Amino acid sequence: MSVADLLEGKHVCVCGGAGGVGKTTTSAAIALGMAARGLKVAVVTIDPARRLANALGLDELENVPRRVEPERFAGHLEMRGELWAMMLDPKRTFDELIERIADDPARAEEIKVNRVYAELSTAVSGSQEFTAVAKLFELDRDGDFDLLVLDTPPSRNALDFLDAPGRLTSFLEGRALKSFIRPTGLGMKVLSRGAAPFLSALRRVTGVDLLSDLSTFFGLLGDMTEDFSTRAAQVQKLLRAPTTAFVLVTSAQPAAIDEAVWFRRSLNEGGLPFAGVIVNRVHHDLVADGDLDGVRAELAGTLGDGLAERVAANLADYHVLARRDALGIERLERELGDRPRLLVPYLDDDVHDIEGLLRVHRFLFASESDREALIAQAVS
Amino acid sequence: MPGLLDRRLIFVTGKGGVGKSTVAIALGVLAARHGLRTIVAELASQARIRDTFEHDGETFEEVKLSERLYTISIDPQLAMEEYLQVKTGAVGQALGASRLFQAFAMATPGMRELLSIGKVWELAQPQRRTEGANAYDLVIVDSPAAGHGVGILRTPRTFADIARVGPIAHQGRTIAQTIADPAFTAVVAAATAEEMPVNETLWLRDALAAEALPLDAVIVNALYPSRFTARERGRLRKARSGSLGAPATAALRAALSEHARAQGQQEQLQRLRDGLGLPLLELPYLFAETIGRDELDRLADALGTGIAAPDRT
Repeated sequence: MSVADLLEGKHVCVCGGAGGVGKTTTSAAIALGMAARGLKVAVVTIDPARRLANALGLDELENVPRRVEPERFAGHLEMRGELWAMMLDPKRTFDELIERIADDPARAEEIKVNRVYAELSTAVSGSQEFTAVAKLFELDRDGDFDLLVLDTPPSRNALDFLDAPGRLTSFLEGRALKSFIRPTGLGMKVLSRGAAPFLSALRRVTGVDLLSDLSTFFGLLGDMTEDFSTRAAQVQKLLRAPTTAFVLVTSAQPAAIDEAVWFRRSLNEGGLPFAGVIVNRVHHDLVADGDLDGVRAELAGTLGDGLAERVAANLADYHVLARRDALGIERLERELGDRPRLLVPYLDDDVHDIEGLLRVHRFLFASESDREALIAQAVS
Repeated sequence: MPGLLDRRLIFVTGKGGVGKSTVAIALGVLAARHGLRTIVAELASQARIRDTFEHDGETFEEVKLSERLYTISIDPQLAMEEYLQVKTGAVGQALGASRLFQAFAMATPGMRELLSIGKVWELAQPQRRTEGANAYDLVIVDSPAAGHGVGILRTPRTFADIARVGPIAHQGRTIAQTIADPAFTAVVAAATAEEMPVNETLWLRDALAAEALPLDAVIVNALYPSRFTARERGRLRKARSGSLGAPATAALRAALSEHARAQGQQEQLQRLRDGLGLPLLELPYLFAETIGRDELDRLADALGTGIAAPDRT
């Protein structure tokens, strides 16, 4: 099983997982491998390392995919398809969405300068997730690519990606306030008598300015809220389509495994199509517990006692990590059932350049037996 | 400038995956050792801290972990209900019970953050608003990753600006002033000596500066020991070409990997030092299957060498 098998017949690949597990690199390596196999692929990243961005020739000012010149990979891999990449600009994506949905430019401008909107579109929490999905939806609808790979925003909690767009959408739909306030643009009108105590309590808690700002904002949005609802439904449909694959990226550390288990369950509960897990930074050592004593004795002759001692102590430490990782992976496997997991070993350096990307890509796209060989090679 | 443990409120922030929660608890262990009644507050509702202490119980309660050390997992929704009840009595309670209002409040961008940080602020008050609650000497916040972390520090000010007048504006302003008070609040970055976490820490410092907040300390987690010198690396490489058993070959390979990683870390550490112009607090990599109380004690020992005992005890 390789990533190519996981993504057979898929048009969208969403890479989810907690922050700091190598999600961006993995997304780029997936896109690279699928492009090399002949597809036209776009990878949408949120906040890549500067060096990786430079390596891919990414320009944050564009907010549209740009082709990565195949020459960058010359001599390393045959590029049969096309690799495109873009860095998401949440604010700009939001603005463009408003411009598209508003029926006239003047109204779009008014919305864009509204204070509630300004806060909404730049809030760190939520806006990245919301716009990432919005961008994915648009790229899919335009149909210019065979495969879209989305690197989800970095967050503490992998589940934010699933929850945040919905929260923001329900706010934009104004469902919560609609039944109480008719947004006329001139002020609030209480629709029902029963609502009066509610409104007065609301005013006491939030202050009247916040309420009137919200009212103005929803007044400006007007029937656009319907469009938000329609789009949200379409986005949900896309995320649940059989041609969409959620790939979970994690490291083998206990905390990351916890998160991965949660994420897997949430995908299940949400009815989202889960394809498999990629476990990064795995410590393999292929050493048995009993081997450790023999190692020191064997090396003492060549290295001297002092150095041999430290080499053995180091091996013992890494052996603990290998055991820790193996336990974590076992735990993950129990959760996965028949879904595949692909392991990428802990490489000796940070992966932020083309060479590193190619290395990760080799692990992801190798056949099962080739991967075993690659791992053995990496640890001995 | 007062020492770190002389503040009442410490935000620990940093990129995901650097062990921020572990650093936050280790800091809590150290503070408790110095006699401070300390609580570590998690903002995302994840009960990771209690897991480390093998403790279970209800979330959103102040749970005792060990002598003078407590934890709480802050849930925005429960924070809202508590706030409404305390501030507006029966009316607020009715409002809190209204599903419509809850939906509205939870969907309003930034509101979850404001409510969470409001609860943090309440925990740090010498006179607690929560009925029957005792005061803490120190509140350590296990904040969201850097970008969200700055967002959360900015939220009270934003709400004060948007709402202008009224209770939210007032509350927002009060919290913002507390955060901006260097005698009360400190911001600590947790990082590892890797490219992205170093970048993010430097970015964090600038982002905080833009909010007129200083970065008070940087804790670099998970540093590999420097076990081998460059000369020894040569000897290790040479030994690999000899005929050795598989375990011995793997041992040499692991030693060379360790050397490469430790060296890479030292380069990143230097980059961080140069970029910050701040002394760094360094924590060792823990070669352990799980992080339990013993491991936390080791980390607290390491933090104790760089963080002065509080003046107030």
